[in-house]
Amino acid sequence: MKSKFKKIFKGGLGQLTIPIIAICLLVIFNLIRDPSFFSIAIQHNNDGNIVLAGNLISIINGASELAVLAMGMTLVTAACGGQDISVGAMAAIAGSAFVKVLKSASVINAPIVILGFLMACLVAMIFASFNGTLVAVFKIQPMIATLILYTCGRSIAYWINGGATPTVSSPIITGIGSFIPGIPVPTPVLIVIAVAIIFKLVFHFTSLELFTQSVGINGSAARLNGINSTFIKLLSFIILGLCVAVAGTIGVSRLGLINHETLLLDVEMDTILAVAIGGNSLGGGKFKISGSIIGAYVIQMLTITLYAMKVSSTDVKAYKAVVIILLVVIGSPVIKAKFQKLMTNLKNRKPKVSVKGAD
Amino acid sequence: MMKKKFGSLVLVGSVMMSLLFSACTSGGGTTNAGSTSGGSDNSGSTATVAEAPSSGTIKVGVVNNPPSESGYREANVKDMESVFSAANGYELKTAYSLKNDEQLQAAQGFITEGVDYLLISAAETTGWDEVLKKAQEAGIKVYLFDRMIDVDESLYEAAVVSDMSAEGDTAVQWLLDQDLPEYNVIHIQGAMGSDAQIGRTGALDAQFASGKMNKVVQQTATWDEAEAKKIVESVINSGDSFNVIYAENDGMAKGAVAALDEAGITHGVDGDVIVMGFDCNKWALRELLAGKWNYDGQCSPFQAQIISDIIQGKRTVTEKKIINEEKGFDAKSLTQSDIDTYGLGE
Amino acid sequence: MQENCLLKMRHINKLFPGVKALSDVDFTLRKGEIHALMGENGAGKSTLIKILTGVYQSDGGEITVEGEKVNIHSPQDAQNNGISTVYQEITLCPNLTVAENMFIGREEGILVRHKYFEKRADKILGELGIPARSTQQLGSCSLAVQQMVAIARAVDMKCKVLILDEPTSSLDDKEVNMLFDLMRDLKSQGVGIIFVTHFLEQVYEVCDRITVLRNGELVGEYLIEDLPQVELVAKMIGKDLDELSSFGEVEEKHFDEKDIFYEAKSLSSSDALPFDFTIHKGEVNGFTGLLGSGRSESVRAIFGADKVNGGNVTIKGENVKITKPIYAMKHGIGYLAEDRKRDGIIAELSVRENIILALQVMKGFFKPISRSEAEAFADEYIKVLNIKTASRETPIGSLSGGNQQKVILARWLLTHPDYLILDEPTRGIDVGTKLEIQKLVLKLAEDGVSVTFISSEVEEMLRTCSRLIVMRDRHIVGELTGSDLNQAQVMKTIAGGEAGNEE
Repeated sequence: MKSKFKKIFKGGLGQLTIPIIAICLLVIFNLIRDPSFFSIAIQHNNDGNIVLAGNLISIINGASELAVLAMGMTLVTAACGGQDISVGAMAAIAGSAFVKVLKSASVINAPIVILGFLMACLVAMIFASFNGTLVAVFKIQPMIATLILYTCGRSIAYWINGGATPTVSSPIITGIGSFIPGIPVPTPVLIVIAVAIIFKLVFHFTSLELFTQSVGINGSAARLNGINSTFIKLLSFIILGLCVAVAGTIGVSRLGLINHETLLLDVEMDTILAVAIGGNSLGGGKFKISGSIIGAYVIQMLTITLYAMKVSSTDVKAYKAVVIILLVVIGSPVIKAKFQKLMTNLKNRKPKVSVKGAD
Repeated sequence: MMKKKFGSLVLVGSVMMSLLFSACTSGGGTTNAGSTSGGSDNSGSTATVAEAPSSGTIKVGVVNNPPSESGYREANVKDMESVFSAANGYELKTAYSLKNDEQLQAAQGFITEGVDYLLISAAETTGWDEVLKKAQEAGIKVYLFDRMIDVDESLYEAAVVSDMSAEGDTAVQWLLDQDLPEYNVIHIQGAMGSDAQIGRTGALDAQFASGKMNKVVQQTATWDEAEAKKIVESVINSGDSFNVIYAENDGMAKGAVAALDEAGITHGVDGDVIVMGFDCNKWALRELLAGKWNYDGQCSPFQAQIISDIIQGKRTVTEKKIINEEKGFDAKSLTQSDIDTYGLGE
Repeated sequence: MQENCLLKMRHINKLFPGVKALSDVDFTLRKGEIHALMGENGAGKSTLIKILTGVYQSDGGEITVEGEKVNIHSPQDAQNNGISTVYQEITLCPNLTVAENMFIGREEGILVRHKYFEKRADKILGELGIPARSTQQLGSCSLAVQQMVAIARAVDMKCKVLILDEPTSSLDDKEVNMLFDLMRDLKSQGVGIIFVTHFLEQVYEVCDRITVLRNGELVGEYLIEDLPQVELVAKMIGKDLDELSSFGEVEEKHFDEKDIFYEAKSLSSSDALPFDFTIHKGEVNGFTGLLGSGRSESVRAIFGADKVNGGNVTIKGENVKITKPIYAMKHGIGYLAEDRKRDGIIAELSVRENIILALQVMKGFFKPISRSEAEAFADEYIKVLNIKTASRETPIGSLSGGNQQKVILARWLLTHPDYLILDEPTRGIDVGTKLEIQKLVLKLAEDGVSVTFISSEVEEMLRTCSRLIVMRDRHIVGELTGSDLNQAQVMKTIAGGEAGNEE
């Protein structure tokens, strides 16, 4: 146990140290505050399905869009050393495209929903390619390049919707946004798992991880090793685009309507934060998708913890900011170095005898 | 009634709006030119045109918010178009904008063009004195619809509007009639300070004050579905119990219901939580019909017929402010024909 | 002697995860001496220097400057104690001007007095004969000049102890002599200079004393006259020098027309003027010339590293177009770039990932090398090339320069190239590794691989190449083979034929 503990601090978890500590702290805090925070109830919902409910479910369910976006954002961050701040706006566009297809059909059935989703993917990929081209080909800083879509993206969604907030009601949409009859776990959670598996498979069956990291760490060397860094950067944006389409579809399905003004509003900041909390350098390079996913859950757990402490949903942002400042400072290189030093000092104090023996 | 503001649609949005707007007015201009060459005698100065409604059609200029603003507006615009149609003997000119100054400009344009009647649903309540005075000088009769304007009553013929506090009273009375053992209410408000919010909040506030109902939370979601969902989520996660959700429009009620569904809490006619909304969108009424919601308060966008009746002398104006009659619908008594008649949108 | 002591380091220890970098090392520097710190890669030279300059904290031991115990926790502390450093890799800011680089971080007062600084910088640059203007952007200077600016910065800081960590590795002879003059000048003013280099001749040219480290331990401190060069090498690598002497003359090889592997006719790129070039199967040739003569630019053009403007290229008699590195790689060409830090290593990635990178790129995006395969490759080359690393998962950035270079070599060897271009593969690398690399080149040639070898050390090229292409002012000015392959002839050709500087 002790050696395990030591290993963690010696960098056994490496990049994941901070997000895992953050989760642990939140868990411990809640255990002390009110152990029932973690209780999970089995309930019948309005449609008569047996579903799981409770704060934990709220956390893993509520963080779904964020987790999906954070996965994509991690890639863009790694390859380009910058972030896409237009994901919220792009999700509104993708969501609008999704709804547009559903509304154009007389009956909403599975093929139409799939078609709608594919349309959302296509539209998101087109806009993501636009971002990616600005970054990869024209070498514009990601934040500046994506500022364009951040500014006008929701207006584009407004056009697609004709300005209205069209609603869709269908058991299939309910199935995507909340529960599939017979499955007690919220569908968005299953979607996150599916997306994570797809990422894992992509990393397994392609060299995406190695190439992305190479491009992000040392673009010049990557180029001289024959890596097409333009392609890798563009690809990272397109993959993020697909994540955006998934997140947009979840977001639309949850409410059964598309409000282009508020769908996933400000999600880009949380997404970037999730990537950062996950221990990924925002300057690009080495990355861990799992870190970003945990980061997303840290953020959502924080929100739900605050809710449980009866903080109103409007006040949550302010409290969240305080905790996040703490997290980011703890994760900063300065504190890390101090911490490491402390650990080595502690370590050196005890085994002094053995060092002598070795000499 | 404003359902949502798109003021934040900067850049392209506003460009599009102004394009749309200019297209409308220039379109109106050409129509006018056409009628002039048509041989009627209104070749004099523009100011005198309105005083000579000699040609058979009545010219009506409508300054409104764009139909894209909300389902409410969509229905409102459609209603205007169908009532003031050529078949009914009208010549309709329209201008849509979310911006007050563009609306003022449009109204000015209609006065210059020489319409007989000017119908206005203003983006803002102020700044209209000048234009309305000009209209009066030109002999153009002004009707306000949907929204009041901050001007002297003498400047307009009549204002056909909704009474938001009556809507609130109706809804709260319905809620009291449910005779629940206790009322623990989540109150989701619209954009603070708007007519609809003030009206619909008032009645409920009175109940909170009297102690008849408990306020679990009272918070604005500024007409936003997602924000409403968050508010309900926060209550659920805080562990507070509640049995009524009073949302000041349909969208926010929908957001609230999404939160209930995710947490596995039942709602509607046979559920644990009573869900109330406003506006009577068709989709919302269908939720009522399915028993998932309990109550929806009407906010009628149908002012055109009343104004038309006044113009054609079928109705006399006794008081300048005419309240559009509005109902509340109970899920238990709602019928499909109600949806067809009163539902907004599609 | 005691009062003459400027700097004393006693019982210095330093631990890194998994490695003991220094154990109980002593080091003494006296006033007015130039002291060489020698050792192979991983011997602990860089670590010792970094402890002295406050980059690392020692895990034991004490440092005294002029008899007073000092604690050095940061580079600022080091500067305050009169210790200045010029690092192996240039650590200045290329996007600032020369003057700004010389005065950055030590402006007196709040105002940055540009005019004054520029004047002062120009004065120092003039005194040192450095061909740079104070208002010039540092990035626009050559590597050599950048290095000299770094030295000028240190010189201007009135230091007592000046540490020069591989300052000459990117300088040509003239510049080196200029630097040595400067070092002797500083020495006469009482400055103690710690000189870290891999050029043995330079040590004997300028130093008074030598301290040798090996595997993090002190081997000994010697007066220069007490330690002949051969013995120094023996102390550094800790074994006899049979291997050194085993290098004979390169036997002359004759190649047939039909053995031509690669041929370029008036190949040019954005950086290289049109040139012709041929290499045969199993041949080792080299480009030589002064810095800036265009030798690197030429090989970069061959590899498609810069924008290729024109020329005809044939590989094994077939016309090919190589406009991007990936095309060159597909045709069996590998290129080890001159600037290891900028163009070679992916610092944060592991040794394993760095080794498989080029092969992976060639295999393609959709055919990843499996983890176990990659591990096998990495283990194989770590063993074959004797790469010193804690494990194959260690980030390459934490390896010493020579071992980094070996990893990059492994990366290209793994692609089994037909033609390998090595641009300064031995720069900043210790003697032992240099020899290993030279041997490897010869062995590759034996196996039928064509190699183009570039080095600043003519000696080294003469040992490996059977044909030398000499460049001057971005043009090929001569090709030397057979009996012409000697130092004198090379110098003569570089200098321009007339009045060759015979030794």
